[in-house]
Amino acid sequence: MTTVRNAPSADPRPTFDVERVRRDFPLLQTTVRGKPLVYLDNAATSQKPRSVIARTEQYYATENANVHRGVYELSERATAAYEDAREKARGFLNAASAREIVFVRGTTEAINLVASSFGHQELQAGDEVLITAMEHHSNIVPWQLICAERGAVLKVVPMNKRGELLMDELARLIGPKTKLVAVAHVSNSLGTINPIAEIVRLAHAQGVPVLVDGAQAAPHQPIDVRSLGVDFYTVSGHKMFGPTGIGLLYGTLERLEVLPPYQGGGDMIRSVTFAKTTYADPPARFEAGTPNIAGAIGLGAAIDYLGTLDWDAVQAHERDLLSYATQRLGALAEVELVGTAAHKASVVSFTVRGVHAHDVGTIVDQEGVAIRTGHHCTQPVMDFFGVPATARASFAFYNTRADVDALVSAVRQVTRVFAG
Amino acid sequence: MTDLSDLYQQIIVEHNRAPRNFKKLMHPTREAEGANPLCGDQIKLEVELSGDTIADIGFQGSGCAISQASASLLTGAVKGKSTADAQELFRAVHAMLTSAPGTPVDTAKLGKLAALAGVRQFPVRVKCASLSWHTLRAALESAAEPVSTE
Repeated sequence: MTTVRNAPSADPRPTFDVERVRRDFPLLQTTVRGKPLVYLDNAATSQKPRSVIARTEQYYATENANVHRGVYELSERATAAYEDAREKARGFLNAASAREIVFVRGTTEAINLVASSFGHQELQAGDEVLITAMEHHSNIVPWQLICAERGAVLKVVPMNKRGELLMDELARLIGPKTKLVAVAHVSNSLGTINPIAEIVRLAHAQGVPVLVDGAQAAPHQPIDVRSLGVDFYTVSGHKMFGPTGIGLLYGTLERLEVLPPYQGGGDMIRSVTFAKTTYADPPARFEAGTPNIAGAIGLGAAIDYLGTLDWDAVQAHERDLLSYATQRLGALAEVELVGTAAHKASVVSFTVRGVHAHDVGTIVDQEGVAIRTGHHCTQPVMDFFGVPATARASFAFYNTRADVDALVSAVRQVTRVFAG
Repeated sequence: MTDLSDLYQQIIVEHNRAPRNFKKLMHPTREAEGANPLCGDQIKLEVELSGDTIADIGFQGSGCAISQASASLLTGAVKGKSTADAQELFRAVHAMLTSAPGTPVDTAKLGKLAALAGVRQFPVRVKCASLSWHTLRAALESAAEPVSTE
């Protein structure tokens, strides 16, 4: 019923068998441009294990009905599977109660939900929302929208040239007008792992709640929202080996219970008359309309899958990939790494001297290597480092040192083409 | 089968490295800006018309090799031409870029611009090559709004 991801494994494997894990992911067996796929764009979206694909199919084949509505057996089956997925999500985040888990489309919708519901309730003219210099656009634009509407001010914590937050500045910027701190757990374009527990401690000391964008953290490490002490935490299912179009908003019950609804519709009400509508308790209050039932159940299967892995071994493997990729790319004279924080997830952003990132992307694609090139929805980060775009290799636990070798060989090809 | 050497032909790599007419004009009579938000390619094109003739043309900007080489080739191709001839060239380049790979290219009309034909094998990069051409048309027609190829 509950995930074992946060608990010690009953049967710990001595080492992480990456080849065995790779066999669980059908797409990793395919070829592109006649070459074996080297998939290094996991920060954009991850591949799905067979169990997630099968669970989604099983739902549509044997359980499909609307949830929380029908009195018939099939609807009860669908509702049970959907709520079971919520319980799995609770375990995944180590939340105290499944009522603290709201199913959303993804991190973007989760942040928009909080920006709208919390913002309309809490933000007055002159109030401040604090974000950081390394946020994804999805943790910038919703705050700009609500701040503009409420006459509030968006403040930004700066970072250093390694891509680490200036914690002194962060502490200084939290003041009497600060109503919320919104920060990425892991930077999607730099890989930086931010010290969330410390940020929460600083904010809570001033009575300020904290929202954490966990989209890039969830695929790489166990998450414990209670140990972090966060008020809101968000994840995207598709980045953690689950389906697209499903994600989680965690909010403490204390916070969720007093928040107004985000969208109106079916399933989020207690009673409706033309004179007055009263709203359901969380999480239903924030899940208007028929939800992504198959997505939620598929995400539950992804959580189950992650629960079968030995996470100490997974993290050791990813640390090895990061250090190997950093060392090998860093050894290329024409390559400059962007984002060199002391604490990083397995994300390596880089530029190739004299070559635009999109040319890099096109050329390495010819070798079957899929990386992201562009601004990664973090234009302020690109501006800070003075580059229009970077190439980014982002690794998941199913990647190997051979994938790194393929990337390095493909980047060498870039130099050859442009030497022409 | 796509071929990198078709996309990054010698002339493309060379024009990217040393773009022609990469300059600001002293007395532009028309100008337009273009952007490709997907890639971050940006271009500002200035034209000095003498009567109906493109007496001078310059571009500034940044972006991938395809976008920069295409802009460089463009300036060389339309300088000294009438606006009508430049528009005709726009149509020919546009037709080439949007045709199926392998379709014969009118090298007599396109000259060096035929080097851009390799882009057809890389659909996501066609916008990089066409950005400067859309920007030229906007400049000649004096469109008030910045051009976007998104």
